[in-house]
Amino acid sequence: MLTRLLRTSGFQVAVLYVLLLGVTLVALLGFIYWSTSSLIDAQLNETIEAEIRGLDEQYRAEGIGRLVEVIAERSGPRGGGDGVYGLATPGFAMLAGNLTAWPREASAADGWRELSLARNLNGATTRHVVRGRVFVLKGGYHLFVGRDTAERSLFKEIMINAIVWALLPALALGLLGSVLIGRYALRRVDAVRATSEEILAGDLTRRVPLAGSGDEFDRLAETINRMLEQSETLMTGMRTVTDSLAHDLRSPLTRAKTGIELALRRESDIATYRQTLEQTNGELETILRTFEALISIAHAETGMNRLADSSLDLSQLLGDLADLYQPMAEEAGRVLVGEVAPGIMIRGHRELLGQAVANLIDNAIKFTPEGGEIRVVLGREGDTAVLAVADSGPGIPAADRERVLQRFVRLDASRGTPGSGLGLSLVAAVARLHGAALALADNEPGLRVILRLPLA
Amino acid sequence: MTRTPYCSGSEGREAWPQSRVGDGMRILVIEDDAKTADYILKGLGEAGHRADHAVDGREGLHRATGGEYDALIVDRMLPGLDGLSIVRAIRAADMTVPVLILSALAHVDERVTGLRAGGDDYLTKPFAFSELLARLEALLRRPHAIAQQTVLTVGDLSMDLLARRVVRAGQPIELRPQEYKLLEYLLRHAGDVVTRTMLFEGVWDFHFDPQTNVVDVHVSRLRQKIDKGFDKPLIHTHRGGGYSIRAD
Repeated sequence: MLTRLLRTSGFQVAVLYVLLLGVTLVALLGFIYWSTSSLIDAQLNETIEAEIRGLDEQYRAEGIGRLVEVIAERSGPRGGGDGVYGLATPGFAMLAGNLTAWPREASAADGWRELSLARNLNGATTRHVVRGRVFVLKGGYHLFVGRDTAERSLFKEIMINAIVWALLPALALGLLGSVLIGRYALRRVDAVRATSEEILAGDLTRRVPLAGSGDEFDRLAETINRMLEQSETLMTGMRTVTDSLAHDLRSPLTRAKTGIELALRRESDIATYRQTLEQTNGELETILRTFEALISIAHAETGMNRLADSSLDLSQLLGDLADLYQPMAEEAGRVLVGEVAPGIMIRGHRELLGQAVANLIDNAIKFTPEGGEIRVVLGREGDTAVLAVADSGPGIPAADRERVLQRFVRLDASRGTPGSGLGLSLVAAVARLHGAALALADNEPGLRVILRLPLA
Repeated sequence: MTRTPYCSGSEGREAWPQSRVGDGMRILVIEDDAKTADYILKGLGEAGHRADHAVDGREGLHRATGGEYDALIVDRMLPGLDGLSIVRAIRAADMTVPVLILSALAHVDERVTGLRAGGDDYLTKPFAFSELLARLEALLRRPHAIAQQTVLTVGDLSMDLLARRVVRAGQPIELRPQEYKLLEYLLRHAGDVVTRTMLFEGVWDFHFDPQTNVVDVHVSRLRQKIDKGFDKPLIHTHRGGGYSIRAD
């Protein structure tokens, strides 16, 4: 669980974010520290400079005696806490101040020093860093004025504390957030994974659960579910195909085989052999037809026929088909009426649509009783072309309408008529390829198949 | 999708005719499947043609470029060099020999690919030999095509292409547009056998298998109009599912 959590991209991104935040925080506080401490240093320098100037003036005006007095006072108990003073003779003998001896590092030359000095306060000795300036007075006296930098150190400490205290909770909270984000992502992904595993194990009915928040995981889950839906349909279709293929191909194959076996068993005349061969050939024809219909459907379904930019005059096509089938309908004692609005253009595959509509008209002729009427209608409704083939046959009960679009489904009522049961499923596949809506409706009486195709 | 079923029962139908396209046309069959090749070679021999066989693409191309063939029958999927490459190579060499492509790839888009490569016709496996022969002979006829003619005549029937008028023995015959197109197609192939599939492609420009006798119904209607009431029928039905228009 933990390693998987650490590996989630949600967690990793969150951690990266937290680290970036930490670096930013350190940089920000560091900058504040740096700029504030240089400001403090500048102020310190100025103070010391001003004090030295004052002391120098006092010395020039009132002599060394007065200076000793002033320094003794300033470094005494009443002079405030953090001033460090030293006044020494040209021979470095201490005259006044709170330095016990002239520090060696201070030397004689004029200039700024940073000294580390021991301070004895109430019996305890602590080391202090003192920043100060050595100044050589007229007459060779050495003056040191400095300030204990404890204040600055304190400030530094505060800043570091601030950084630590700001950083630690930020990092801790960030890490906690990362874990939560990682766990959430992991949980959602695990749900998808679990579902997928179950599907892999064979349960095609499983679906990815939705959180209902409509977030990206939900949207992903919806897409996956749609994909699963299609897979299931295809798988079910495949199963039906296999079953039906077994049935639809076995019968003619068996008939062909028994025909040949019978002919081989006994001596016969040429005419009998010929008849057997012709019958066998007929059975093979049936099988090939079934196969070709299946291949057409597969082509249409896989979208192998890219519609590309093929603009198609649907009115022309429908007119041609109505003319093509009209004599056949008439010959069979049915009336075929074409009501085709002119100039309807769509993007489409002429052959596949032609075959689909031919199938529909063929079916309509087959199922319309003698004297009945078949209507082939094409019209326009907004930005869709509405194509309908209607017959006055027995129709299809509402409950069966969805089912007959599947492959090989033949209603019991039609068992007696020839056909592979693939006609309508080809129509359905062609409709899908063209982004068309396919509907079966009651023609009262009869069946009305309606295809709504987007206009070009 | 171009396939014509054999017809069972042969009463009243004429046997498949001997070739009308001259004697001893030389045809090269490039086909790797021994059974199919044998079937085609035998059939072509019986129809009076002389056929040679090449078993793979390279040999096929080599022999085809020899240039002594009247037509090529090329299988699309071949070892060595595929059929379409052979056709492209031949066309690139400016050879105009008619080519009939055979293929198990049935879809109309495949057919378009085949014709674009330079094939003159495309026949899907499995096919009836009668279909193959009819298409082949239609291809062999092509050089003598009657594109420039404005009147097509068979016996006492004539079609004026400019006036769109059909007359038989002096009597005008009224035809519907599709009947007219059908008759025109038959007349352009006068003397040849054309199969239902060829008619379905040539007259209606559809390449799928209509699965029903739509084409026959149209032919029988046309027959009603041009043969009924005359002594000698012009439209003949052939065994194996074909029609021809001729005067004898």
